[in-house]
Amino acid sequence: MTDTTETFAPGTHPDLPPPLGSRGIVKWMRENLFSSATNTVLTLLGAYLIYLAVPAFLDWFILDAVFDAGSRNECWERAGGACWSVVVVRFDQLMYGFYPEELRWRVDLAFLLLFVALAPVLFDKVPGRRYLAIFSIVYPVIAFFLLWGGMGLEPVESAKFGGFMLTVLIGVSGIIASLPLGIVLALGRRSELIVLRVVCICFIEFIRGVPLITLLFIASTLLNYFLPPGSNFDLLLRVLIMVTLFAAAYLAEVIRGGLQAIPKGQFEAAMSMGMSYWKMMGLIVLPQAMKISIPGIVNTFIGLYKDTTLVVIIGLLDPLGLSQSILADSKWQGLSTEIYIFIAIFFFLSCFSMSRYSIYLENKLHRGHKR
Amino acid sequence: MSAIEYQGPSFKLEDLWTDRRWRAISIQILALAGLFAFLAFIVNNTINNLSLLGVETGYGFLAEPSNYDINQTLIEYDSRSSHFRAAIVGLLNTGVVAIAGIIAATILGFTVGVLRLSGNWLISRIMYCYVEFTRNVPLLLQILLWYGIVVHSLPRPKNALEPLSGIFLSNRGFSVPAPVAEPAAWAIFIAFVIAIAAAIGFGQYAKRVQEATGKIYPVISIGLGLIVVLPVLTYFLSGQPISLDWPALRGFNFAGGMTVTPEFVALWFALSIYTASFISEIVRAGIQSVSHGQTEAAYSLGIKPSWTMRLVILPQALRVILPPLISQYLNLTKNSSLAIAVGYMDVVATIGGISLNQTGRALECMSIVLATYLTISLVISTIMNWYNKRVALVER
Repeated sequence: MTDTTETFAPGTHPDLPPPLGSRGIVKWMRENLFSSATNTVLTLLGAYLIYLAVPAFLDWFILDAVFDAGSRNECWERAGGACWSVVVVRFDQLMYGFYPEELRWRVDLAFLLLFVALAPVLFDKVPGRRYLAIFSIVYPVIAFFLLWGGMGLEPVESAKFGGFMLTVLIGVSGIIASLPLGIVLALGRRSELIVLRVVCICFIEFIRGVPLITLLFIASTLLNYFLPPGSNFDLLLRVLIMVTLFAAAYLAEVIRGGLQAIPKGQFEAAMSMGMSYWKMMGLIVLPQAMKISIPGIVNTFIGLYKDTTLVVIIGLLDPLGLSQSILADSKWQGLSTEIYIFIAIFFFLSCFSMSRYSIYLENKLHRGHKR
Repeated sequence: MSAIEYQGPSFKLEDLWTDRRWRAISIQILALAGLFAFLAFIVNNTINNLSLLGVETGYGFLAEPSNYDINQTLIEYDSRSSHFRAAIVGLLNTGVVAIAGIIAATILGFTVGVLRLSGNWLISRIMYCYVEFTRNVPLLLQILLWYGIVVHSLPRPKNALEPLSGIFLSNRGFSVPAPVAEPAAWAIFIAFVIAIAAAIGFGQYAKRVQEATGKIYPVISIGLGLIVVLPVLTYFLSGQPISLDWPALRGFNFAGGMTVTPEFVALWFALSIYTASFISEIVRAGIQSVSHGQTEAAYSLGIKPSWTMRLVILPQALRVILPPLISQYLNLTKNSSLAIAVGYMDVVATIGGISLNQTGRALECMSIVLATYLTISLVISTIMNWYNKRVALVER
């Protein structure tokens, strides 16, 4: 058995592994990074960019950052990185604004309950979904009393609301209120009744034609002219109404796109079954139209959520508004980058998870139409 | 066998609601009545409120002097100019930042959109990160972030950064050389126009030759060459009539040249980077919407890849890309109203901001601002609808 060369009958040799260049990571790199001269140059350029940006950013962001200094100058003496101390020290303020400290558990509770209320709406497979759904319907009332007080809880003025709490409050209420309004506007725009149609078109085009910021200005300066003399209602409520109207007009256009994509046969079939307008829309047309328009609807919601930052311009204290007052403090002057990046991370996490959820929902509702 | 007697159109009052045809009319009349009642309510309240407050109304204040300064003006303006002129200055500033933003966002967006589809894994991942990070962060935050970077992170004018000779970056803005034209400069302009006309003419000639003989001229490089070479040649022949005014440090700031304010820089960067991420997704979707069979068919006809892109893919993709692209341009224009957050004097900040606060004419000022934006967006969307109808796929 000293002979190393084995002999095989034709066709019995076991398969050899593929050559090194066409398997594993080498093959992957050849195909995806160095497939041509241009691609090689691009890859090297990209790698160089990453080499330039990422280590420097990491140094600034975490390695050289200071978390527990008492002031800006102390930060800068200790290290050259980010001064996160400002966020640590003012964290509570960025979260709750000027909501009374001893009552903040109510905000926390409302926030936790929000997830309980959202669970049955967002996901199918929640245990006890039917009972939770009832909770989802009463949740807005509970949240209202938790945040504003009343019913035995100490009342809190909405002028004291602020920080991320305000962002979530405006964002979530805007989303909940604008969807039904958007559907109604979309149906109105497609209605056969000419008066309704014209009114809806005018409303939608007006709202879509002007920037949100001008609508907010109207809410803060002009609305008092339009209401009976002496009436004065909450600025936060006015903002909520404007944000809702704004989002509803955009939603209406998205949903209209979905309605237009439904083949005429669906309407005719429903009518020939003797369904009334509302039954036809509610049972046949809208479920299909909404399914098609999910990506657009979620995009509008993300836009609304981001637009909540504009309330700072009319003086509400959302995180951006609070950051202005923090930056005016001589101890923390000039740390705008740190605060803004912290706020950006918060928005990125919420908006990115919303867009992920929309992809999940699209896949779930695709029930075999995808090939 | 008795014939059923025709009863005649007997109209009962409840038909107004139970009969489909009558109901349509009654609903509309009710809606109209409700609308008018609502409008009357608002108008009535407004009149009452105005008379209670004793506020004067009318647009006469537009002719009065504005008494405030604007730091970036394209036309002549000082604090003695009228409110109306201030509004025009603001409108022009909106236009400048919108056009600059649209150009930058288009270039960046198309580049990123194409690169995201590249087969290069690393590059497409980098672009994916860029898109996700910019479009999931509020625009206002990005504007403030860029403003903070320009104002706090750039050095004072004394030690300004000078990336290229004559261009200074400092916390007072970007100072760049300004072109100063002498009278003879019109020759260059005429040369430029002639060059464009010649390039178009050559393109048509080349097309005719190609259709007749199949011979292909390098139209793009010759055309671009004409457009570049001819004006440059005229520039030297006419004795260099355009000179540059270089910025120089004098005292605490730069004098001479052209200064781009930090507000403009922040707004322009943020608007273009934010909108570009949306445009890149539109471009990607547009290119992906052209079925792969088109590429394969072009290749099998022997058309080379760059021509396939230009002659087969792009014309089909553009039909999908254009409508959402234009609506992004509109969004950018409307978003430029966030300028007020950093104090860039656009139309909202001038007539809707300082003028409003000085005169107290909230109704008038806001109506001007609203009318401005409505006009812009209605005009653009009308043009867009017309164009859309023209290029829409005719299905047979």
